[in-house]
Amino acid sequence: MDASLTFKSGFKDVIPTLFGYIGVGLAMGIVANTSHLSVLAVLLMSLIVYAGSAQFIIISMLLAGSPISAIVLSTFLINSRMILMSMSIAQYFKKDSLWQNLALGSLLTDETFALSMNKINQTDHQLRPRWLHAANIIAYLVWAAATVVGCLLGHLIADPNQFGLDFAVVGMFIGLLYLQIITDRSKTLKTQLLVVLFVAIAMYFLMRFFPGNIALLIATLLGCGFGMAVTAHD
Amino acid sequence: MTNYVLVTILLSGLVTWLSRVVPFAIIKNLTVPKWLIDFLSFVPVAIMTAIFVESLLVYHAGQWPGFNLENIYASIPAILAGVLTKSLLAVVITGVIAMALLRLVGWG
Repeated sequence: MDASLTFKSGFKDVIPTLFGYIGVGLAMGIVANTSHLSVLAVLLMSLIVYAGSAQFIIISMLLAGSPISAIVLSTFLINSRMILMSMSIAQYFKKDSLWQNLALGSLLTDETFALSMNKINQTDHQLRPRWLHAANIIAYLVWAAATVVGCLLGHLIADPNQFGLDFAVVGMFIGLLYLQIITDRSKTLKTQLLVVLFVAIAMYFLMRFFPGNIALLIATLLGCGFGMAVTAHD
Repeated sequence: MTNYVLVTILLSGLVTWLSRVVPFAIIKNLTVPKWLIDFLSFVPVAIMTAIFVESLLVYHAGQWPGFNLENIYASIPAILAGVLTKSLLAVVITGVIAMALLRLVGWG
């Protein structure tokens, strides 16, 4: 990853993350297939909802015949962390038009957000719409294609996890987190490591009381507050 | 596809889209106060840590979380690959191969 913010470099920078979309997307398509969802339903879900963990929940709740209101509420809670990410990244696009902002926000994911935060450490805290559009659009298309392929091949592959592809997304966050810690010069290494440690411990305690996605949101909010307190103390 | 499935997809898509775009629209038209910028500057490291740690834990309603041992084992070579290469692609590939091997030998 370098300081270039062209459409082409957005395309290049997003490539390592595609393994994660492909691995999880295939698995999702296979689960959808075994849950008797049509290929069209899977395609529409990937294009309209476009959120990995939420789509898994939606499929399992549809299979269980849950009320639509409950499914929509679960989806909102799982994806509510997007509010924090969007708010965080939107600061870099304040000078761009509202339409550009809405288009960028529409396709933002955990992965392209984390990738962008890595990128700004190389570009003196600059982002350009064309760079993020490239990353977002490639990720969107690859995700939709992977879920459809998974659904079509569902009956051929009994266990997609056999190939370890489901770990691609975890591996990606390990890489993105590590690069974030070593390249973010706006904070001291000590501050960053303290936040990492605090959030990790908070996650363990919070998951005593909340499912992972809710714990994740609370731990992030607490972690940001903790980070501010540590910085003020220094 | 039944109406039940279609309406669920449309409404779930709507709430997700709003979570993504409303903050963009607000921040665009707002002078963000200094404290909020400071607070948000910790979102990247905090949220990436939370996403990673979530994958290492297993939620059991009303109990302490368990540990996802196969993810924990596969994370070790992935972290080492990060330290050694500083390459995102190397971390992902190392992690996937490690996980495939773990399952092959039945440690997963």
